[in-house]
Amino acid sequence: MAVTLEFEKSIIELEEKVAALHRFSQERDIDLGPGLATLDTKLPEVRRKIFSSLTPWEKVQLARHPQRPHPKDYVDEIFTDYLELCGDRRYGDDRAIVGGFARLSQRHVMVIATQKGRNLKQNMDVNFGYAHPEGYRKALRLMQLADKARVPVITLVDTPGAYPGVGAAERHIGESIAVNLREMFRLAVPILSIITGEGGSGGALGICVGNCVLIMENAYYSVITPEGCAAILWRSADAIPKAAQALKLTGRDLLKLGVVDGIIPEPLGGAHRDPVGAAELLKQAIVRQLDQLCAMSGAQLQQARYDRFRNLGVVGV
Amino acid sequence: MPSFHARPLQNPPTDSPRSDLPAGLWVKCKDCEQMVFQNILEEALFVCPHCDYHHPVAARQRIAMLCDKNSFQEHDADLVSVDALNFADDGSYARKIKETMTKTGLRDAVVCGNATLNSLPFALGVMDFRFFGASMGSVVGEKLTRLIEWATAARYPVVIVTASGGARMQEGTLSLMQMAKTSGALMRHDEAGLPFFAILTNPTTGGVTASFASLGDVILAEPKALIGFAGPRVIKQTTNAELPKDFQTSEYLVKHGFIDRITHRHKLRAELAALLTVFSTNR
Ligand SMILES: [Zn+2]
Repeated sequence: MAVTLEFEKSIIELEEKVAALHRFSQERDIDLGPGLATLDTKLPEVRRKIFSSLTPWEKVQLARHPQRPHPKDYVDEIFTDYLELCGDRRYGDDRAIVGGFARLSQRHVMVIATQKGRNLKQNMDVNFGYAHPEGYRKALRLMQLADKARVPVITLVDTPGAYPGVGAAERHIGESIAVNLREMFRLAVPILSIITGEGGSGGALGICVGNCVLIMENAYYSVITPEGCAAILWRSADAIPKAAQALKLTGRDLLKLGVVDGIIPEPLGGAHRDPVGAAELLKQAIVRQLDQLCAMSGAQLQQARYDRFRNLGVVGV
Repeated sequence: MPSFHARPLQNPPTDSPRSDLPAGLWVKCKDCEQMVFQNILEEALFVCPHCDYHHPVAARQRIAMLCDKNSFQEHDADLVSVDALNFADDGSYARKIKETMTKTGLRDAVVCGNATLNSLPFALGVMDFRFFGASMGSVVGEKLTRLIEWATAARYPVVIVTASGGARMQEGTLSLMQMAKTSGALMRHDEAGLPFFAILTNPTTGGVTASFASLGDVILAEPKALIGFAGPRVIKQTTNAELPKDFQTSEYLVKHGFIDRITHRHKLRAELAALLTVFSTNR
């Protein structure tokens, strides 16, 4: 079932009207003349206008769009010879974060992707995209394996966050993220991290200590959800758009802050309107970054990764 | 130097403070609600003599508890938080920073420096919950990172006393990035073969738990401290689950194998000295 967001409605209505006019003109064999042609040329313009002026809250909604491609969809579209490797060798296999060796043209890589479901059954399987400690521990195990194999690591992230549950607390999810943050700095292979949808706080950061961190055009990355921020600071759901604005969570803002290194464009109207086109744009960005990162030595990569995060933050005296 | 054993109360107050006593001389225990003499509570290192509740400790007092007298030399005392995001476009964050500085006498939520304990040198960072719930923004991350880098160069052990409500929301993802920054600095400190001791106090939550607080080579925690990533309220809301007894306390974490020891505040100085001694002996 197609889902339409509020701000998508006007453009979708217009598209439907134009399509109806085309059908009408064909069926009745009536030439509607230059009027229809003008509408055809105007459509992309209207679409561009709407999508270039989205508010941060609208972007968050796009990032969570039920039809939006998920990281695993991109893995299937972009890579070949994906060989999934399971488990954290400690407790279990978390389906919210999966990964394995794969190929990108001639290059061997380790790809790690968060998962979200399309229906209840799938969502139960992947815990609605919320990873447990086992997910982070598996991700680290696979990254260390990549280090041994000397192949680059690519992490594709779309998660609302780390799971706030009893089991996750019992097995200390905070520790699992902390260890990843420390150990990812040790790796001597390139790490490329891409936020494709939701970059949910520590749950996203836990697999995003990259040499290069990219974000897709309609994705967001935030220390807290706009809902959570609105509840804490303004105690009102009405303040959610205001919170989304205040948190500076869009690609453009994050680029200014240095939190991301680049924005990957999406097809007009968002990745869900053209998943194959979105995958192609993502693939181009990955290839471009890997070409650069793979030219660096292990020591250079470690130093550059350290410096990248070392320089983040703004302080006064 | 403060005494390490709580003195028994001479005349335990039973009721509300007597009206003829000057204000502030008596305080009510936050846990058992019994009245305690302020000076007795201080001498007991803010541990309630009635119920053993460990009250919050200001950074300066904590430093006095853990360092040789006058040995503490502060680092980067001048750093202050700025409203880098122009949060909510209303200047409220900048105003609140100023107010909190005036109210607490602190510049931000962590005090860092180097000191000795029993003449053994170490680098020390102490978080102070009074400053924005000791949330981690750019200043906390930067000061701790500088401290760890300094200790790596000087070949000093690092000790961090944690307390935190999590990330500083008003600094957005810049706060989040401090988790990675501090953890990276700890990786290099570790690569240099140097020890890091984390001392967890009530409460240690959010981004601090998911970074340096959980990375100690030895992790000590004060009794009954709340320690977790997501807080118990959020977990209850999300899962509707009945939370286990002692959920996310020091006792719970030691039982599940994630911290080394629960250390009573009266023994903290001695245990830290013992650890520093072990790591200084065969150098
Ligand atoms: Zn008490």
